[in-house]
Amino acid sequence: MDNITKKLMQRSESTRKDTIGRAISMTALILIAIVVVSIFVFVLSRGLSTFYKDGVNVKDFLFGTTWNPSVTDPATKKPYIGALPMILGSFLVTFLAAIVATPFAIGTALFMTEIAQKRGAKIMQPIVELLVGIPSVVYGFIGLTVVVPVIRTIAGGSGFGILSGTIVLFVMILPTITSMTVDTLRSVPRHYRESALAIGATRWQMIYKVVLRAATPGILTAIVFGMARAFGEALAVQMVIGNAALMPHSLTTPASTLTSVLTMGIGNTVMGSLQNDVLWTLAMILLIMSLVFNLIVRAIGRRGAMK
Amino acid sequence: MKAKTADKIATGFIYAISGIVALILFAMLSFILVRGVPHLSWHFLTSPARAFEAGGGVGVQLFNSFYLLILAMVISFPIALGAAIYLNEYAKKNYFTAIVRTAIEILSSLPSVVVGLFGFLLFVVQFKLGFSILSGAIALTLFNLPLLTRSIETSLAQIPDLQREAGSALGLSRWETVLHVILPAAVPSIVTGVVLSAGRVFGEAAALIYTAGQSAPALNFGDWNPFNISSPLNPMRPAETLAVHIWKINSEGIMPDVNAVSAGASAVLIIVVLLFNFSARKLGTKLYKKLTSS
Repeated sequence: MDNITKKLMQRSESTRKDTIGRAISMTALILIAIVVVSIFVFVLSRGLSTFYKDGVNVKDFLFGTTWNPSVTDPATKKPYIGALPMILGSFLVTFLAAIVATPFAIGTALFMTEIAQKRGAKIMQPIVELLVGIPSVVYGFIGLTVVVPVIRTIAGGSGFGILSGTIVLFVMILPTITSMTVDTLRSVPRHYRESALAIGATRWQMIYKVVLRAATPGILTAIVFGMARAFGEALAVQMVIGNAALMPHSLTTPASTLTSVLTMGIGNTVMGSLQNDVLWTLAMILLIMSLVFNLIVRAIGRRGAMK
Repeated sequence: MKAKTADKIATGFIYAISGIVALILFAMLSFILVRGVPHLSWHFLTSPARAFEAGGGVGVQLFNSFYLLILAMVISFPIALGAAIYLNEYAKKNYFTAIVRTAIEILSSLPSVVVGLFGFLLFVVQFKLGFSILSGAIALTLFNLPLLTRSIETSLAQIPDLQREAGSALGLSRWETVLHVILPAAVPSIVTGVVLSAGRVFGEAAALIYTAGQSAPALNFGDWNPFNISSPLNPMRPAETLAVHIWKINSEGIMPDVNAVSAGASAVLIIVVLLFNFSARKLGTKLYKKLTSS
């Protein structure tokens, strides 16, 4: 009798195991959260030290047009730390690549979902999926051996620059945007299409007035994802943009982006020096921008969900 | 009439656009393979790189890539699995869950160069691990965790609740249900997710240039003691991977046959990614058939 009472009063073996399992899995989850928080803490603390330790003016940093942190301006005794050329370079390649890629991505996605479902699924789908997984250095290498020489022959100059960067990024984000757009278009209910066709719409009217409208939030999300990928891409862009931290005057002169300056510079500067701190500030801008892209995606999702 | 003309024009336009896209994508793939495959040989895949003269291979880099990939997967898989189990089986809809989900989403959208710099700051400099395989593997883990977690969570979510209810009805605790019922059922799609993410990790370079380093010291492939400095298994040695190698030789431009080597290395990367993608699906369906006795 005592034995049974004891067994009933005690926590069972199963409960004990469950508690342990729950604790283990929760630890793993918390570990990830800690990683995210520490990335922010570390990068922000290093990035902000430019402003509070080295006394750099935020306005000088964001809007200055000369970047040469190891040289000081003899007139004002301040180092040249204007980051505008890189910030502008990053935004230019990102927006240009997104603008070029969007019509191509939507057109291809429409082809795959609305016009030729069978061929789309058989030929395009595997190619697009494979291209999403191609390493970015391979895109950079193709840019270096194909795109740069072609632009050199057409436009003159070295061939390195915003235009080459845009073309490489365009090809890189095209599969990303396309595959996400395809998913969105597929999730548009079939009866929307049937209703549109039933009231006499042509296929294009059905696509343009019904399917694309219904899919707009999803397509916007896809574009923002593509832009986030383009903005954060480092090596492929660095290989073709020319890496000259100058204000971009034309699309075919060497320029630079936040990521390209970072990859070139971090290894060549001494930890804790001003030259190093300003690079961390660039990394901080990258971090903040990826947060902004994230917020935009959420905002789109919320507005899309309300309907 | 007008609507019909518009329809025809638009359809033609869509055909043209997708034709161009298919052409670009196809041209790219064939460019890499046609340029790269002729350079592939047993010698190229096994001999060490030469910095200043032609005729070097990518043997060390290829080994490093696989070693880093395996280490990164070994570290990230248990963590991702645990996190996914908690998110899918235990997590309630509350503030904590929402915050953690957001954190994972943010981690997955961080540029890989930022993840690499964080790894550099924390592991290479702060913990004094130096440019090493270990630092590189941890950086790759951080890069891989959010995607792997999400893919495993999706796999778990696809298992119908009926299975969980059946487990509870038999008097199993939730943990036992997960361990003995849900996980075995989800293994095929988890494997597919793991192999697909391995393809991404294999080609990653930006997270590695400041963590695993950009040099590939000569290795003694006869020495498998992980504590010896020239042993391939030593986790504290700097290790340039295949993807980093392509980037480095192209930005330095010293190597005389840089184009040939990078074309060959790119082809290897693409072929490995292709193999991963292909085998992921095959392996998944095969395992599914085996495990479900269908």
